[in-house]
Amino acid sequence: MEPSKTRKRALHIENIAKRTVFLFSSISVLTTAIVVYILFSESFIFFKEVSIVEFFTSTKWSPTLRPQNFGVLPLLTGTLMIAIGASLIAIPFGLGSAIYLSEYAPKKVRKILKPILEILAGIPSIVYGFFALTVITPLIRVFLPQTQIFNALSASIAVGIMIIPMVASLSEDAMMAVPDSLRKGAYALGSTQLDVVLKVVLPAAISGIGSAFILAISRAIGETMIVAIAAGQSPTFTLNPLNSIQTMTGFMVNISLGDIQHGTIEYQTLFAIGGLLFFMTLSLNILARWIVKKQKEKLG
Amino acid sequence: MKDYHDQLHNYNTKPKVMLNRLFYIILLVMTMFSVFVLAILLYTIIRDSWGWFNWDFITSMPSRKAENAGIYSALLGSIWTIGLTALFSIPLGVGTALYLEEYSDKANHINRFIQLNISNLAGIPSIVYGMLGLAVFVRFLAFQRSILSGALTLTLLILPVIIVSSQEAIKSVPTNLKEASYAVGMTKWQTITGVVLPFSIPGILTGSILGVSRAMGEAAPLILVGAAGYINFAPKSVFDAYTTLPIQIFNWTSRPQAEFQKIAAAGILLLLIFLLTSNAIAIVIRNKYQNRID
Repeated sequence: MEPSKTRKRALHIENIAKRTVFLFSSISVLTTAIVVYILFSESFIFFKEVSIVEFFTSTKWSPTLRPQNFGVLPLLTGTLMIAIGASLIAIPFGLGSAIYLSEYAPKKVRKILKPILEILAGIPSIVYGFFALTVITPLIRVFLPQTQIFNALSASIAVGIMIIPMVASLSEDAMMAVPDSLRKGAYALGSTQLDVVLKVVLPAAISGIGSAFILAISRAIGETMIVAIAAGQSPTFTLNPLNSIQTMTGFMVNISLGDIQHGTIEYQTLFAIGGLLFFMTLSLNILARWIVKKQKEKLG
Repeated sequence: MKDYHDQLHNYNTKPKVMLNRLFYIILLVMTMFSVFVLAILLYTIIRDSWGWFNWDFITSMPSRKAENAGIYSALLGSIWTIGLTALFSIPLGVGTALYLEEYSDKANHINRFIQLNISNLAGIPSIVYGMLGLAVFVRFLAFQRSILSGALTLTLLILPVIIVSSQEAIKSVPTNLKEASYAVGMTKWQTITGVVLPFSIPGILTGSILGVSRAMGEAAPLILVGAAGYINFAPKSVFDAYTTLPIQIFNWTSRPQAEFQKIAAAGILLLLIFLLTSNAIAIVIRNKYQNRID
C-alpha cells in the first residue's frame, strides 16, 4: 500500500529535521576544532620569532615597548596569586556553605538561601570588579596603607567571592549524593552531627568536592574583568599581593583595547597567551572530571 | 568490650556537644557571609548611583563630561547584541539537545565525543571565545567590529549552557507520553513538536533565560572582538559599530575621576535591574515547573 500524502510529507519533514539537528550539534565540535587550530597556528608563528626558552624563563614582559621582552613569568605569577587568593576565600566559604545547606539547614532556610546564592552567581564579573575597586581596595588600605591602588589582593578577594556559589553548589551536589543510610548508621552508633559530617559525609563526597575545588581554581585563572579593573596593568615578577600586577587575562584585555594590527608580533602574543590560558584551564577541567570518574568506577 | 563502652561514654560528654554547636555556628556564619556581601554590594551601588540614575541618564548619549553622560547607545547596543544572540543560540542549542537526546544512539562513540566536547566548551574562559571571534568573525568572515561579530561570539559562548539545560528538560519528558505518540503512528519529529517540546518548554525557557543573561553581562569576549568604548549614535544595522552596557561600565570604571565612578554605578544599576528581573523570571518558571513534576 502506498503511504498517504500527509504521511509522505511527514516522512520528508522527518528527514530534513534529522539532518538539521545533526548539523546543529556538529557546530559545538567545530568550535573546539577551530579554537585549537587558531591557537596552535598563531602560537606557532609566535614561537618562530620568540624562543620558547626565553618565553618560559625570562622575568621581563614588555611586548609593546622597545626593547621587547617576552618572558611570561610575571603574567604567570600574577595569575597564580589571583588563583591562590581566590581559592583561599572560595574554598572554605563555599565548602562551609555547602555543608550547612546540605546537612544542617532547615528546608525553609534552604529555600531562601539557594536563590540568594544563585543571584550572586549571576552577577557579572564587571560588577565585582567595580566592587573590588570601590569597596575592597579602600578597606585594605585602611589596614595596610602601603597597598597600591591597583593590587592583586583586592582582585583575588573579589574573584574568590564571585566563585563561592560555584564551589558551594558543586560540593552540595556531591554531599547530597551520599546515601542517607550511611548517615543513619553513624547516628545509630552514637555520633554527633559533627562526627557524621567530618567522618562520614565528607569522606564519601571527597571526589566531588575535590573536583569542585579544581574547577574553582580553573575559573579563577580564566577570570578577566575583575583583574582588568582592580589588579593593575604592571607585569612585575613579584609575589607580593599588595603590588600592582598583571595576569594573562588582564594582558589580553589590555592589548585588545589598543589598536593592534593583524600579523604583528603583538597580535600573535595575544594568541600565545590565550593558548597557554586555554591549555591550563582545559587540563584542570579534564583533571576534575577524571577524579569524579575514577571514584565512580571504584564504587562500581 | 570495655574499650567500646568507654568510647560510647565519651561520645556523650559535654565538650563534644559544645564542639558540635560551635561547628554549626561557624558554618552558619560562613553561609551568611555571601548574603552579607550581596547586601553590601547592592547598597554600595544604590548609594553611589543615587542622583545619577534617572531618565536623562538612560536617554542620553555618552559624553566626556560626567554630568552629561548617559547610557542610551550602550543600552541599544546591548538590546541589539543580546536579541541577535538569543535568535542564534536558542534554536542551535535546543536543536543540538534534541539531536543528543532524541536522535542519537547514546552508546555511539561519535555522540559521546560530542557530549564530552560540550562539557569541555562549558569550562573554557570567556576571553578565549573572544579570540575565536576575533580570528573567525572579525577577520576571516570579515564582519569587522560589528554587532554581528559580537552576537556570534556570544552565541558560541552560551551555547553549552543552553544545550545542557535543554537536555535536562528533554530528559524529564515521561517515556509513556512519547510511546503513546509513536503508537498512533507519529514520526519522531511529530512526536518532538507535539509531545516533547510542549512538555519541556518551561525547562528550556529557564535555561535559555539564564544563558542569555550571562551573555548580557559579559564584557571580556566583546573587548577582544572590538566593541568600542565610546559610541555616540544608535546602531541601525547588524554591521554597525557598537558598545554594550558592560563595556560602557568598564570604560567609565577605568577613568580616574570620581564622578565617572558614580556614572559607572548608575550603569551597573541598570544592568542589574535587567539581570535580576530575568533571573527572577527564570526561577519562578522553574519552581512552577518543578511543582508540576511533583
